[in-house]
Amino acid sequence: MIDILFWALAVVSVASGVAVFVVDSMARATYALAVSFIAVGIMLVMVGLEYIGIITILMMVMEMAIMAVYMVMFMGMNPALMPMDMTHNKRWSAVLAMGTFVLLAAGALLIPWPARVGAPAVDLVASLGEAIMGPKMLAMLTISPVLFATIIAGLVIVNPRGRYDRWGDDLKHRPPNDPLRGGLGQ
Amino acid sequence: MTLQAVLLVAAALFCVGLYGALSQKVIVMVMMGLELMLNGVILAAGAFWWFLAPAPDGQVLLLIVIAAMTVEMAMGFAVATLLHRSRGSDMTDSATDLSG
Repeated sequence: MIDILFWALAVVSVASGVAVFVVDSMARATYALAVSFIAVGIMLVMVGLEYIGIITILMMVMEMAIMAVYMVMFMGMNPALMPMDMTHNKRWSAVLAMGTFVLLAAGALLIPWPARVGAPAVDLVASLGEAIMGPKMLAMLTISPVLFATIIAGLVIVNPRGRYDRWGDDLKHRPPNDPLRGGLGQ
Repeated sequence: MTLQAVLLVAAALFCVGLYGALSQKVIVMVMMGLELMLNGVILAAGAFWWFLAPAPDGQVLLLIVIAAMTVEMAMGFAVATLLHRSRGSDMTDSATDLSG
């Protein structure tokens, strides 16, 4: 029963992954990617990673919803209604992807994997929490400033008033004429 | 369900994502390819954790991979927004200033 469920999820995850780059509609592509993530999340739950599996599903479904909005916002047209090729270098991309798959699959099948060392904790979520708050706290302390720096970098990049308080990133652009003084350099 | 079977599925996901990241022109589609690659990495890491060494450390590694996905998405959206504003395009081919 477990094997049947696993292979069903495996087929769904890979097929929906392929569908991302096959379907015309951008919205359908994001939904296909969300389905792939949900299938992988369920597979993670099947190997005992309940917490990781659930946050993968929750995070990716939300992320794909945001991605669908970005797609519609930036594309400016619907490729499903106006078919056009949005790819380049398809042949070499396929060759490289197939070569990588053969290499990884050969490694997965030919390497004599060692036997399992140790047994999983009785309460896996609690053991993860204890690891984060104990010996692995440095990892979380590192991730926190990285995420904060990402927020700052994202805001700086998307800010329409770019370097030296000018409109845009070009230094030849005029500075903004604010009705109230107090901005940078004013 | 064996380690080899899960790794084969993870390899397939990684390679489909690799094809997408290399072949797509639209930046958001490239990001989708990268996400699919990381999807395979998460699955493989989960399988390694369960079948080889189910200690809590492996779960922390998975959390780090998920955090890396978040950073990649946030910066990708920021760059896509900047490119769209400055050039009116969301294609990778219009951002080749540093190539060569």
